[in-house]
Formats: sequence, structure tokens, C-alpha cells
Amino acid sequence: MDIQNFIQNFAEQFDELNTELTPETRFREVEGWTSLVALLVITMIDDEYGVVLPPEEMRKTQTIQELFDLTQSKL
Amino acid sequence: MYNPFSLLGKTILVTGASSGIGRATAIECSRMGARCVITGRNMQRLQQTCHALEGNGHILIIADLSKQGEIDTLVDSIPNIDGLVNNAGIGLNKPISYIKQEDLENVFQVNTFAPILLTKALLRKKKINKNGSIVFTSSISAFESNFGRAVYGASKSAIMAYMHYCARELAGKPIRANAVHPAMTETPLIYSGTLTEEDRQRDMMQYPLKRYAKPEEIAYAIIYLLSDASSWTTGTSLIIDGGLSLL
Repeated sequence: MDIQNFIQNFAEQFDELNTELTPETRFREVEGWTSLVALLVITMIDDEYGVVLPPEEMRKTQTIQELFDLTQSKL
Repeated sequence: MYNPFSLLGKTILVTGASSGIGRATAIECSRMGARCVITGRNMQRLQQTCHALEGNGHILIIADLSKQGEIDTLVDSIPNIDGLVNNAGIGLNKPISYIKQEDLENVFQVNTFAPILLTKALLRKKKINKNGSIVFTSSISAFESNFGRAVYGASKSAIMAYMHYCARELAGKPIRANAVHPAMTETPLIYSGTLTEEDRQRDMMQYPLKRYAKPEEIAYAIIYLLSDASSWTTGTSLIIDGGLSLL
């Protein structure tokens, strides 16, 4: 798993993105983040990495790096 | 005691009776005097439902209704019925851009194809008595369009359409067909998805009645549709949503 690739997949879930995403980005604060984007991200992670994130664990992540680490820990 | 909603003397087949709305429906039907034939895939949980039924003479049959052979065996092994509750179902929360053929096959197999084929098999073998009633557990998702519910909603909408055709084609027998359309109900189905407890609490607050349904609150509506109280009701969709669709 590669963080840059992960960020790219993450970014693709937004209809429109005016912020540059980095591993440190607190993704829930990004403009355009909605419950639909959250569902898209969960589904993307399942589809791309074969990881089903438990919703309670995903809720605790704040930055893209943390979400990446959580995903990687479940591989 | 006078009770037009009684199911005394009726035999009712309930699918998906091992948990959730199916389990509550079987239990409440037995309390209203019915003899229940309960079916599901999980022996242990189905036995738990069976133990919770009131009265005697209930029948438990393990069957995976996604297999034609098991539908046939079920139909051959049960007595004639007065009511059929096509309830077994599965959920899926997936945005449109990620839908796979496999998702469609899984969801439609359980939510749509199985009830269509079970109903057909029961009719072909003349297992549904005159004045019988068929109830489908559809969903509010047949009318709504919440994010992630496209496949689930399409499967529940399809079963509603099938209910309409049953109502029309079987009216001459007469056998009635109706559907219930619950919104979020406290069952294992809603705890298996992508929502956190916090999401659920927030979601509940959107409902005018400020909570989700209890399974028995859906079962009571199914009982009405099974009973002679609804003998002039066919082709109807009963929305049970705590007021959600008023918004």
C-alpha cells in the first residue's frame, strides 16, 4: 500500500475538491466532506484494498494518514 | 372475546423467522392464535424463535430459499397455509459507483427472486387456502432514495411490483397480497452495515417519533394484513416509518 495512491483514491470520492490533500489533512474538515463521501471512502477501501473498516474504528481517525494506517493494519 | 384481528385457526408461514421482523412476526402471530411454520437458514436461532412461540403445533423447517431445491422441499413438507409472510431479506449499503454484478445477484436473490419463486411454488402446489393472505416485507427504501441504498431499494421496489401483480392475479381465488414498508427497525440488519452508534442516534432524531421501530411494531401491521380484518384490502402498501416520509 502506498500513501500517495491512497490519497488519490481518497480524493476521487469528492465531486469537487478545492483543497490539496496530504497525509496530515484532517479529512472531516475538508470542504465537501459529507456522509455520502464517507460511505464512498469506506466502499473504496473495501473495493481497492479488500478491507472492511469497522465503523467505530473509522470514526476515531482524524487524518488521512491515520485512516491509511488503520486500513494497512487490517490488510 | 371479540377480535377481528385474531389468527385463531390459521396456519401462517413466516420466512426469515430466525431474527428481526420475521422472529417478532412469528411470535406475535402465535400469540394471536396462529399455528406457525417458521423457516430460516440458522438452526440455532430458528430454534430460539420456536421456543418463544406460544401454543402448540408449530413447525420449524430449515431452508435456504436461494436454492430452488430447498424451496421445493419446504413446499412439499408443509401443510396448507392461510397466510404467507415473505420476509427474509438482506441489506446492502453501497454507493452506485461501486455496485458489482455480485451485489445485485446476492441482494436480488434473497430479497426478490426467493419470495417470487416461493410464492409461485406454493400456488402451483395449491398450498395457499382460499381467503389466504400474502404479505411481503418491502421497505421504505422502495419509495425513498437514501445514499447507498440503490441495490437494496431496487430489490424492495421490485418485490412491491410483484405484490401488485399477485394482488391482481390471485384476487379470483380469492387470495390477497399486500406489503409493509418499514423504515429503520431495531434488527440485526441495521447493525451489520457502515453506521456507528453515533450515526444511528443522530439518524433517529430525524424521525418525527424520534426513534427506530421495534420489530413487533412491524409485526402488528403484518398481523392486520394476515387477519380477516383486512379481508377487503389487497394490493396495498402500508408505510410504517415513524412519520419519516412526512418530512
